[in-house]
Amino acid sequence: MATAQPGAAPAPRPLLSLSDVSVTFGGVKALKGVSFEVMPGEVHCLAGENGSGKSTLIKVITGVYRPDGEARISFDGEVYDHMTPVAAQAAGIRVIWQDLALFPEMSVAENIAFQEVVGGRPRRVDHGAMRETARKVLARLGTSLDLDLPLRDYSIARRQIVAIARALVGEAKIIFMDEPTASLTQAETNHLLDIVRTLSREGIAVVFVSHRLAEVIEISDRMTVLRDGRLVGVYPAKEMTPSRITELMTGRTFDANVRARSHGAAPAVLAVEGLTRPGEFEDVSLVVRRGETLGITGLLGAGRTELALTLFGMRRPHAGTIRLDGKPVRFRSNRDAIRAGIAYLSEDRLSLGLIQPQSIADNLVIASLGKVMTGGLISRRRKEGLVARWVGELGIKIGRQEDAVSTLSGGNQQRVAIAKWLATDPRLLILDAPTVGVDVGARAGIFDIVARLAAEGLAIILISDELPEVYYNADRVLHMARGRIVGEYDPRSVTLPELEAAVYA
Amino acid sequence: MTSPFMVLPLKRPPQGLSADLAGPLAAFVMVMLVFSLATPRFLSSATFGSVAFQLPELGLLTLAMLLPILTGGLNLAITFTANIAGLTVAWVLHQNGGVNAGPEAFALGVVLALAAGAASGLVMGLVIAFSRAHPILVSLAMMIFLRGLGEFLTRGGDISGFPAFIRPLGHGMVLGVPVPLIVFLACAGLWHLMLSRTRLGFNIYMIGSNSAAARYSGVDTRKVIVLVYTLSGLMCAIAGIIMMARFNSVRVGHGEAYLLITVLACFLGGVDPFGGFGRAVPVVVALVVLQLLSSGLNLLGASQHLATAVWGMLLVAVMVLRWLAGQVAAALERRRRR
Repeated sequence: MATAQPGAAPAPRPLLSLSDVSVTFGGVKALKGVSFEVMPGEVHCLAGENGSGKSTLIKVITGVYRPDGEARISFDGEVYDHMTPVAAQAAGIRVIWQDLALFPEMSVAENIAFQEVVGGRPRRVDHGAMRETARKVLARLGTSLDLDLPLRDYSIARRQIVAIARALVGEAKIIFMDEPTASLTQAETNHLLDIVRTLSREGIAVVFVSHRLAEVIEISDRMTVLRDGRLVGVYPAKEMTPSRITELMTGRTFDANVRARSHGAAPAVLAVEGLTRPGEFEDVSLVVRRGETLGITGLLGAGRTELALTLFGMRRPHAGTIRLDGKPVRFRSNRDAIRAGIAYLSEDRLSLGLIQPQSIADNLVIASLGKVMTGGLISRRRKEGLVARWVGELGIKIGRQEDAVSTLSGGNQQRVAIAKWLATDPRLLILDAPTVGVDVGARAGIFDIVARLAAEGLAIILISDELPEVYYNADRVLHMARGRIVGEYDPRSVTLPELEAAVYA
Repeated sequence: MTSPFMVLPLKRPPQGLSADLAGPLAAFVMVMLVFSLATPRFLSSATFGSVAFQLPELGLLTLAMLLPILTGGLNLAITFTANIAGLTVAWVLHQNGGVNAGPEAFALGVVLALAAGAASGLVMGLVIAFSRAHPILVSLAMMIFLRGLGEFLTRGGDISGFPAFIRPLGHGMVLGVPVPLIVFLACAGLWHLMLSRTRLGFNIYMIGSNSAAARYSGVDTRKVIVLVYTLSGLMCAIAGIIMMARFNSVRVGHGEAYLLITVLACFLGGVDPFGGFGRAVPVVVALVVLQLLSSGLNLLGASQHLATAVWGMLLVAVMVLRWLAGQVAAALERRRRR
């Protein structure tokens, strides 16, 4: 094993080195001439906002994507013009995706050691050997778990350890961890960092892939920052501060104008009091006024989406009241909520927000079909007219209305999803992570639309875990943690780093 | 009722108005061509007469199968639902004098038969919509239940002895067009209108592609599923009544072989087996092709069993041709982009 220590001078020869990597998807450059280098045993941060190209870079390294023309990848002394998933696995490259990709119904031992029995020629499953492998790997991590319990009985933090253990089976040389701390508590994060230190001492390089680095920066050696598919730079981790990282990732300095305005005098559109769903959120009270954009932020699992779904009538509150324009409402389904003027843009555009294989037109009119019907039948003319109107209004770039919505770029898809809800004439629009999977360049356009809608008097709730998004685009920011609202901030009177310090503390 | 939406890149781009019709129409032209060259007797009114009388039974059952498939489900109980509906009419007629029963008894029987068919669908729809059990299992259970019930009630035999005035429903002509064909075309037209122009039709396609996303958009997915299976059951009842009039008897198990042929006809008609895409008109054309094929082989002296084998071959050939067409289209697309 190599011997580099964290913080020690890097060994002369990098373990992994890529130069001049570009990746193009249907004319869109996801990576533009990016170089990337990791030393043996190094703890490295790969930082960038959603859509900056982090995942694309990992997928190049693991052979999922093939880079354009000139790229060179060298790993552990071998040079490749492109990787393949099999070669990457064999060479010791491992990735732990945020969703962990484990089998919840199978035991801990099976999850860790299943690679020993899949592939190759058929043979008997040796449960004893599997348990032994699993036990050894867990011991290396200084952990022991009940090997026979199904994984679903364990918390997210424990599952993450299982995922790490699985990555270590065979000769792992580098492990990429995708947003590893997104759903961990502080204590769990500390345990994870201990494990990473152990790996690093064994000479295994660890790359944190994240847009939230406050927790991992202290044990990191270097940081590579990507923005909009380009390399911003490589920096010693010791020199980085949260505000500097944000600056590098967003390319904006903090004196950029915040959009926040005061709406104290405007009538409340939505007033929520003491809203509770045990296990999801507790005692949530908030007000959104006409023309106001209320930001809600917090870590993954803080209860933001659950709250939004309750406001949208898809879940029943256990306690508390929801008032719309002063009148208490109780929704039996989201159809009631839509009729009452509430719209909810799902965080999961691919599987919940839009019906991907169906047409742009059908996706756009699905929530407001009544408007295009005459005498009980759908009028083609009215439908085309309504779709054309919204396509024009939101500047959506489409070929034909009948094209599948999946043929559009992320930004244009999101505009279709927003148009779908605007067509229902909502009074309150809940935007849940509206820029996920949207190019950095197209995000400003989405927020321009949001600002315009707010100016027209729409009340908006903007949910996002990208702090700069809520900071720059909301009038007020609520911080949610463990199901409660724990803080309220006015972007005009706090700086972004102060807000980050409060949320990530 | 859709599989988790895992493969995101366009499963199938929506096609122009007639693209899904091209395949069945090409098959139609080919069948016409081959058989008229093979035997001069093919292009005769006898051939088309036999097609016109045989098409409606299979056709009505196929319409009953179409809706569940479009939602990503299946209704395996269609043939036995049709039998039970026929049995209901027969029972009412027998209670009212058998061969001497009057038209009002028949009318009552028809109403009860439609109700029985709808009830069979309603129960399946409710179970599928609320328990989220797989449509194959639910309709399989219903199929077994109906078969058992029907065989118990009829003791496995034929029920016959109906008044003469129902015969025209199976064998009569109006202006030279067989009555069963009129009933079928009316039902197909209704299905076409429902699928292309009504809220229910719109929602069927949306649910078939992605039920969860449809629900998030405010579609009452449960109501749609319940309606789909109820309408499917209703269509089975119509098929059952026509079958009864054609054979002048009811027998549980009659038409059982049609079950999988209806699925075949849907796929030949360009319906997506996973739901979300497919129209009534191409399915009707596909039905005509299947029927012509079987009549043509019959004329050539081939056995009915061979016709069935050819139907199977046809489906495989269509799959391969579709795959090839997809490859060619993709290659052209790549060339265009370059």
